[in-house]
Amino acid sequence: MSKMWQRNRSRRKQQAIIAAICALFSASVVALPLGAAETPLKSASLMPLWEPQAQFAGYYVALDKGIYARHGIDLKILRDGPGHSAAEALKNGTADFAILWLTTALQHRSSGAQLVNLAQIIQQSSMMLISKKTAGIKTIADMDGKKVGLWEGDVSIPPRTLFARHKIKVRVVRQSHTVNLFLRGGIDVTSAMWFNEYHTILNSGVDPDELNVIFLRDQGMNFIEDGIYTMEKTLHKDPALAVAFVDASLEGWRYAFDHPDEALDIVIKYMREAHLPATRTHQKWMLERMRDLMMPASAQGKLGNLLDQDYQVVGRAMQKNGLIRDFPDYKAFVWRPDAGKK
Amino acid sequence: MPGKNSIVVRLVLVITLFSAVIFAATLGYNYYRSRVILQNELESNARNLAMSLVYRVEAQLMAVAKVTAGVARSLETGKYSEQQLHSLISTTVADNPEICGSAVAFEPFAFSAKARLYAPYYYRKNGKIVFDRLENSYQHLPYLYWDWYQIPRELGRLEWSEPYFDEGAGNILMTTCSVPFYKEIGGKRQLQGIVTADISLDALTEYISSVKILRTGYAALLSRNGMILTHPLKDAIMNETFFSIAEARNDPYMRELGRKMVRGETGFVYYKSLVGFPSYMYYTPIPSTGWTLAVLFPEDELLENVRRLSMTMAAMGLVGIVLLILAVISIARAIIKPLQVLTAATDEIASGNFDVALPAASSNDEVGVLTHDFQVMEQSLKEYIRNLTETTAAKERIQSELKVATDIQASLLPRIFPPFPEHPEFEIYASMVPAKEVGGDFYDFFFIDERNLCFLIADVSDKGVPAALYMMVAKTLLKTEGQRLGEPDKMLFSVNNILASGNESCMFTTVFCAILDITTGEVRFANAGHNPPLMIDSQSVRYLTPKPGLMLGAMTDTVFVTERLTLEPNAVLFLYTDGVTEAKNPEDALYGEERLLKAMQIAPERDMVSLIHYISSEVAHHASGASQSDDITMLAIKMAKKRPA
Repeated sequence: MSKMWQRNRSRRKQQAIIAAICALFSASVVALPLGAAETPLKSASLMPLWEPQAQFAGYYVALDKGIYARHGIDLKILRDGPGHSAAEALKNGTADFAILWLTTALQHRSSGAQLVNLAQIIQQSSMMLISKKTAGIKTIADMDGKKVGLWEGDVSIPPRTLFARHKIKVRVVRQSHTVNLFLRGGIDVTSAMWFNEYHTILNSGVDPDELNVIFLRDQGMNFIEDGIYTMEKTLHKDPALAVAFVDASLEGWRYAFDHPDEALDIVIKYMREAHLPATRTHQKWMLERMRDLMMPASAQGKLGNLLDQDYQVVGRAMQKNGLIRDFPDYKAFVWRPDAGKK
Repeated sequence: MPGKNSIVVRLVLVITLFSAVIFAATLGYNYYRSRVILQNELESNARNLAMSLVYRVEAQLMAVAKVTAGVARSLETGKYSEQQLHSLISTTVADNPEICGSAVAFEPFAFSAKARLYAPYYYRKNGKIVFDRLENSYQHLPYLYWDWYQIPRELGRLEWSEPYFDEGAGNILMTTCSVPFYKEIGGKRQLQGIVTADISLDALTEYISSVKILRTGYAALLSRNGMILTHPLKDAIMNETFFSIAEARNDPYMRELGRKMVRGETGFVYYKSLVGFPSYMYYTPIPSTGWTLAVLFPEDELLENVRRLSMTMAAMGLVGIVLLILAVISIARAIIKPLQVLTAATDEIASGNFDVALPAASSNDEVGVLTHDFQVMEQSLKEYIRNLTETTAAKERIQSELKVATDIQASLLPRIFPPFPEHPEFEIYASMVPAKEVGGDFYDFFFIDERNLCFLIADVSDKGVPAALYMMVAKTLLKTEGQRLGEPDKMLFSVNNILASGNESCMFTTVFCAILDITTGEVRFANAGHNPPLMIDSQSVRYLTPKPGLMLGAMTDTVFVTERLTLEPNAVLFLYTDGVTEAKNPEDALYGEERLLKAMQIAPERDMVSLIHYISSEVAHHASGASQSDDITMLAIKMAKKRPA
């Protein structure tokens, strides 16, 4: 017995040495490109639109997998949620980068804040108006005089624009971030995001065939949402940082879509750190819908592109409805490294 | 001993198999019925348990709802100053220990025209009642837009909120009862605000999760949205809805079940629990909140007693079958044992030893009877064999005596041929083949004087020993009388008188008697009822037609006539008994005189030996294996060619 134990021990020792050598070797290999860059990581901060969830999986995955670090960024993701505003954080310099809706960004730009679109993450609007079939609301026109739940703030811009266009008057009820008011029948129509509230409603026991769903994008209201924004001055200070940030973020997204389970693990980890209830099925749904929403309309299109036509549609619609006085030229609003060089 | 094995093994196999099958069927049926009975009882048990839990939850919720509604009513009926309002809220909290906190939240400008929002809130903190203003603490999202305010406001009725974690109170699971209150303004009922009462669900959920059903069964609570409030799956609590779990498990049945639950239905279903064991679930709504309470009975544990009983029964049955096998073996052995002994004994008997002692028939059963029968059989066999031995001995003795008699008879007939080598004038040959050991036929020839040769053939009317004895007498008489009298008719007359007198056994004999003058070839003959002899001369082969005479021994003083004929040189006189003409073949066809005549026509006449052998073989050929029924006796005499001068 003792002999065997000794042999095992010596073997273990051997294995330990081999492992150590391997570790050293691999460490040096990994360290090599970083060392070669020989530049210290640049600090930067990002404020997403909301609390950690799969809507922002790309950024959390890029952070967790060291993709930002590989692009020379020491990123800090700031906590958003009730009482926080990404736009305000961007304007007051708390955050270097922010995820904002296009409508929000245009409104702030119109009121003088020099926001620049670095990448358009979502390519088609996921906002929808949902009613129960029992309410008999099939079209926007049917919503006339009905209680419609709208979120407070910029988020309500698209539906308000739509109601104005249809010249209908709805009884607006400000809705919170739960769907209970709608589920209990407090309102007839609720605003919902396809990747979030819609699924929450389904998972409260309502079947899709019990609902009438109107996508705003199908009503000519493709008010494309999440995009990456920065302040013009931040951009001018370090354009390379902006490029690196966008590249790393998109890489994070691609990684998340290629490794959905791992991405969900990462997102749920951050959710738990933020003490948020985390339902994996819900986050999975969200990640899958984000993938649908981010895919470019054309096959040649790439992630993060903001099409001029989409931009013009949103800008003109907002202007027409008096939400903004004017909107900047596409080239002034959208900054792309390749375009800049030209 | 394969027999022993086969009986015991067969008995054991058949009995074991059948009893096992019967037992298994009984056990199976018993298990099935018990299960059904248990299930029937279970539903009412589950209902009772669920209803008692519902009652318990409901009682608590109803009390709080009543208090909250009471506050709302008093606000509607009375006019409250700010101080009075505060005291109303604080005493409500103080007087109702189950209420963690209570607020009266007003519509904008409803309390006073000066302040837009007003919502005093009293709640318990570390055992004291503390005051807060919700219009201040809800900074990011004004209280107006929270579910607890909005939903009763929009619906205009008492509402329980979806349970939520209250971070301020230390992550306690809470639910809020909200009641809107109104005021008549200008004949119109206008909403003034919402009265709320928060209650902690911790005690409730703890109570529900403390319910142990059997060992691993449990009670669970779901919210109106299907959110898991209490469940052994701790991670799912307030994280997962029944539907999100159904989605994760891709289980449409579960989703449908969840929809029934949130619709407020009651049901009793068999399903695989979230924890993963098959179980019976009873679910029923908690009426005031629309939540669902479910109680789960794990099937395994439920049926454990039945199973255990079945197992015990199975074990008992098994032991029983083993005992049965042992009993069968022992009985079979007991039956086999005397059979074995008997078999050993009968083996001996079979090998011929009838003196072996059979085992005593110990019992009165079939084996005993069999043993007894064997004993009797052995005795009978012994008896039979003894008789047989005696009979055989007697028969053997008779046989040997008959053999001697045959020898004696044979020795009585002249058997040396040629008998008279000094007389070349004639040639004579004879043969007799008896049907039985001792024949009734005979022939004879002897010289009466220098010239006259007497030859005769006779057939006693019977065969066997009596005929042989009779024949001896007849032969002796014929020879003596022949030598004394020298004439056929006289010979027969004399012998007939001797035989007929005192013929008590009523035996007769036919005789053809002839005397040949060897110098002349003249034959004098007389016939006593015998077959006509055949005459072969140069002209033809023909039957003689002697005068018929009565056979000897029938009647005294019968007169016989002597007739004459002359045998020319080379002529043959052929004498025979009816054994020749009446020889039968297997088809019972007689050989007959016709065939004999034909055979004679083609028979070789060179010498008498071959003539007789030829006829013999012809008769044998005709009989072709059929047993000989009568003695076959033939005598042939032939005159030489040249008469010695």
